[in-house]
Amino acid sequence: MLSIRGLRYAVEDAGGGREILGGIDLDVERGRLVVITGPNGGGKTTLAKAVMGLIEPASGSIKFNGTELIGLSVTERARLGISYGFQHPPRFKGLQVTELLSIAAGRKLTPNECCAYLVKVGLCTEDYIDREIDASLSGGELKRIEIATILARNSSLMIFDEPEAGIDLWSFSKLTQTFEAIHKRSDSTIIIISHQERIIRLADEVVLVAGGRVTQTGAAGDILPHIGDVAVDCAIKEALV
Amino acid sequence: MSKLSALEMNLLRQIADLHKIPEGAYNIRENGQLGGRNSTENIEISTKTDKPGIDIRIKPGTKNESVHIPVIITKTGYSELVYNDFYVGEDSDVIIIAGCGIHNSGCDTAQHDGVHTFYVGKNARIKYVEKHYGEGEGTGERIMNPSTVVYLEEGARVEMDTSQIRGVDSTRRSTKIYAKAGGEVLVLEKLLTHGRQTAVSDMEIMLEGDGSRARVISRSVAQDESEQTFYPKVTGGAECFAHVQCDSIIMGRAKVSSIPAINARHVSAQLVHEAAIGKIAGDQLLKLMTLGLTEKEAEERILAGFLK
Repeated sequence: MLSIRGLRYAVEDAGGGREILGGIDLDVERGRLVVITGPNGGGKTTLAKAVMGLIEPASGSIKFNGTELIGLSVTERARLGISYGFQHPPRFKGLQVTELLSIAAGRKLTPNECCAYLVKVGLCTEDYIDREIDASLSGGELKRIEIATILARNSSLMIFDEPEAGIDLWSFSKLTQTFEAIHKRSDSTIIIISHQERIIRLADEVVLVAGGRVTQTGAAGDILPHIGDVAVDCAIKEALV
Repeated sequence: MSKLSALEMNLLRQIADLHKIPEGAYNIRENGQLGGRNSTENIEISTKTDKPGIDIRIKPGTKNESVHIPVIITKTGYSELVYNDFYVGEDSDVIIIAGCGIHNSGCDTAQHDGVHTFYVGKNARIKYVEKHYGEGEGTGERIMNPSTVVYLEEGARVEMDTSQIRGVDSTRRSTKIYAKAGGEVLVLEKLLTHGRQTAVSDMEIMLEGDGSRARVISRSVAQDESEQTFYPKVTGGAECFAHVQCDSIIMGRAKVSSIPAINARHVSAQLVHEAAIGKIAGDQLLKLMTLGLTEKEAEERILAGFLK
């Protein structure tokens, strides 16, 4: 479904060029739930953005169902069936929650349909359906609406970037159930960037990204004991040398 | 109404959502002439005798009735200055739908300057909806300069909902509202300019009585090389509350100025102003593009929501 080879990305900073992705190789099979984890600044979000087309990598290949994505616009990738839930979603003055969910679904949703998506992210729907996505929403509310847009989009590849960030404990529990349910009931491939053990435990496969490289892949049970230990830190140091 | 052409009917649809003869009181002005009028038991419309325009008298206690007073101009080179006075009786609750549509297919300027004055009686409530719209393949300018003055008696309320979306080359809006004790002012102003259009909105709200309050929401989009200037000003001369919020989206090579003023003349006047000008944020466009919209579609959705 998704095949990434030799993906590199660098940014210019005060000290010259800094490599964020140092040659990522990754394969994700259809219908799998993959959690990408690893230390902050390791390149996880950059990798996800490169798949969605939000950044342009310096080199490498990203194939989605055999189609090369490099060179395609964000819109084209979205229409091929890729969606991305922003880590820090934007606000829209004047745009209502139901409108955003309808854009995501590609058709006008009924209030009941919108409610169904909002319930899945732990929002009490009647209060939100006509709300504008503006500064009156808290960070956690905004984040949950962002996740609901991905659920409404229902693409064949859903990427969630730290969906748990800013979300309270009760909603987090609802969210993990939702991920589990989508994974069980649909063919969609799900990639979640997360630091949360409960989300990592949902994964068919965990990918550890550190220092701009995939340092380890495996089952949650194999990877979890190593998160935060010296091996990870060394991987970062190695990458920085 | 039956004599109106398809072109004139389209203008009426754009400015007043009229698809047929409106119910209730109405006065249609076309190219300076009376195109139709209806008074009702509670709302009387009469032609002024000293200057162009009409008087609209609404009996005290009139509830849930509406007045449509659209103006349409289809003659190139035609200019007019019209005075409409509204006398709204105590305890009334009515909707007044005004608006001006100009179709200019010629090379000369077509212009409508309307001076609307509202005398709103004690505890009366009015909603005033005004839409401005211009079209036509001609090179002649389409100009509209609305001037609105509202006097609110004690406990009276005005809700003004004005919009000018495309097509008007030049506009200079003047709005003055005076509120006595318990008076309430709500203004929602929406404006989109493009090409080389210019728009100036001069607004002054005087809160003169205790317990009076005002909320102003101004949203504008300036595209291409158009220019907009806003002067929202609130004066609090009593124990009162006002909140003014001006948001503009700037695009292309447009210019936007927002010059607010809040003047307190009383120790218990609480006046707040917020103003912001900025382009459409890149992450807003990208978010909608990740949902399958093109960049242009994303921009249109953002603007449509903003000006809704």
